[in-house]
Amino acid sequence: MTAVAENKPAYEGKALDLSGKSGSRAFKNTLATVLIGLAFVLAMIPLVWILFTVISKGYHLLLSADWWSQSQRGITVRREGGGAYHAIMGTLIMSLITAVIAVPIAVLGAVYLVEYGKGTRAARAVSFMIDILTGVPSIVAALFVYAVWITIFGFNRVGFAVSLSLVLLMLPVVLRSTEEMLKLVPDELREASYALGVPKWKTIMKVVVPTAFGGIVTGVMLGLARVMGETAPLLILVGYSKNINLNPFNGFMGALPTMINQDRTELALQPAADRVWAAALTLILLVLVLNVLARLIARFSSIKSK
Amino acid sequence: MSSPDGTAPPDRPDGTAAGQDQPRIEDLVHEEAGPIPKFGGLAEEHAEHEAEEAAEVMTESGPESKASAAGTSGAPPSGPGKELDLGPVGHLGDRLFSGLARGSGGLVILIVAFVGIFLLALAIPSLADDKSSFLFSRIWEPGGDQPRFGIAALFYTTVISSIIAMLIAVPIAIGVALFITYYSPKRLAQPVAYAVDLLAAVPSIIYGLWGILFFAPILGPVIDGLSSALGWIPLFEKPPGDNVGVVFTASVVLAIMILPVVTAISREIFQQTPIAHREGALALGATKWEMIRMAVLPYGRSGVVSASMLGLGRALGETVAVLIILSVPNGQDPWNSSIFAGGETFASKIANNAAEFDSPEKTGAYIAAGLVLFVVTFLVNSAARIIVDRSTPGNKRPRRNRRAGASTATEGAKS
Repeated sequence: MTAVAENKPAYEGKALDLSGKSGSRAFKNTLATVLIGLAFVLAMIPLVWILFTVISKGYHLLLSADWWSQSQRGITVRREGGGAYHAIMGTLIMSLITAVIAVPIAVLGAVYLVEYGKGTRAARAVSFMIDILTGVPSIVAALFVYAVWITIFGFNRVGFAVSLSLVLLMLPVVLRSTEEMLKLVPDELREASYALGVPKWKTIMKVVVPTAFGGIVTGVMLGLARVMGETAPLLILVGYSKNINLNPFNGFMGALPTMINQDRTELALQPAADRVWAAALTLILLVLVLNVLARLIARFSSIKSK
Repeated sequence: MSSPDGTAPPDRPDGTAAGQDQPRIEDLVHEEAGPIPKFGGLAEEHAEHEAEEAAEVMTESGPESKASAAGTSGAPPSGPGKELDLGPVGHLGDRLFSGLARGSGGLVILIVAFVGIFLLALAIPSLADDKSSFLFSRIWEPGGDQPRFGIAALFYTTVISSIIAMLIAVPIAIGVALFITYYSPKRLAQPVAYAVDLLAAVPSIIYGLWGILFFAPILGPVIDGLSSALGWIPLFEKPPGDNVGVVFTASVVLAIMILPVVTAISREIFQQTPIAHREGALALGATKWEMIRMAVLPYGRSGVVSASMLGLGRALGETVAVLIILSVPNGQDPWNSSIFAGGETFASKIANNAAEFDSPEKTGAYIAAGLVLFVVTFLVNSAARIIVDRSTPGNKRPRRNRRAGASTATEGAKS
């Protein structure tokens, strides 16, 4: 980024000098500039439009305290009132369980790739599998957990099953970002630690991982942001409940995406529509807060290498 | 690595005495003596368990992985050379920790293998009962005495919607990436990059709702225009009825959804274009656009292609947005290949019928469809990965300037 930015003025000056010499080349250059600017504007339209829609239609419900403290218990589509407490808690609980399972595996896997398996064929195999896992559609992850959890083991549809399928989606995100961060840790730090006689595992735990900690947290946040908005596993692996259920091992559970899904067929009714957009705004806010946190952490704890 | 790699296997004879080998270390890093042994102790059985599993996978998956297993898990017990290297640092904690790390690596391989194996295992009985051709039939009637289901229609809709999404998204993504890297004012570049990333943070269900309620109506005229101009091609023939909830609408929304992925990767590649290439082009008198076409685009070509493939993979598996947007065709209507008709993709079909998973036979049919989706995304992502591997910067870079630059967009879209 910085290299590009630094060199920019030089190019612009030269390009300008030349552009007057040949009409068609100058025209092409201008055309390209216009098209590229246009592509950017085109990309911004949906973002602005979506955010405007969701905020303008959803904000007023978020202002009431009920939204953050009540469930939808006993509230039909035609009635106003109630809140999203059950869904917010459900989303948070399932995401938290996902993180608790996925983060240790992801961090240790990254440690393996960077510290132990570097350059070996096994590490390449693991790396390839992570790429594959990155591409696994959420519906396939959900079907896999359905096959194991419900068809083979015969358990019920519960929140924990959703978390298991979300682990498959979060794992590669966190693993990749952790790997990148561990690679940035200067070898001098490791060598200094070894030279003091500190064993390898303590070097990793006390020198390498703490150095990269900010970046790892950023990866975790981004991973969480990705799984929070997932809807497909929720549709297949847990039923939607309007009541507050904080037990991920028993019973149906509300979640923000399924709360949107629940009322979206009744959008002609104002109370239902209000709830849909308010739930959508709540979900975007949750994801956004995680994203912003991730960026802040990344900014204030970047590894100063070289 | 300067460190002792390849720690000893668990059955090393002096394993029990390992604790005595490290008096100095405890002095050096005194305060950590507390928590860490606990961690190791807790993890002990996991490590063993996972290492076992990892070993299983490696032996299962052919000679190549066998070789690699021997390569990484250090010297086998018969390899004294390695043990000499280890010296006094052959530490119990070290062995546990490296076991844990290797186990996690193995677990990743295991998970992907399991996804394939379990889906296959549950799909096979249903596939055996299938009374029609699974690959070529367009009927979907699982369950009952005479289950008949095939994926032809699902496959068609999935692939066509994703490819159209990619055709729309890739040129725009290249434009946005170029805008961020070479055109926007320096101060604007970072906020713009964030804003595009923000598109990725919007949950897919919201794209679906917005797409069907607000975006589909304004696409109506576009659909009418396209179908009146190109209607003689079956692909663009407009069936009677409304054109809300058609494949084309889903494709455009998918394009918006994959835009940030393709943009982010293209941006990184474009940024890495060597300064010498760019300055060389400019020194020869190239305009800014000519510099981009001669230096930046050829350099980033493979990156853009692989980014497009990753975007394609995303689009193939996208569930909820497509589920909300696409209208499911009526069972009596004849199948329609037009992109201006409704349809169902693998993912939307599965999600739409989650309530039908009541008998193993029916579930098996949907799992078989999920397996096909898994295989398709697997192939697409592998292709992306191979393209990246084959053309890491520094290897042979295509130097066919003009043609390479001009065809970047179309090639990325076709593959």
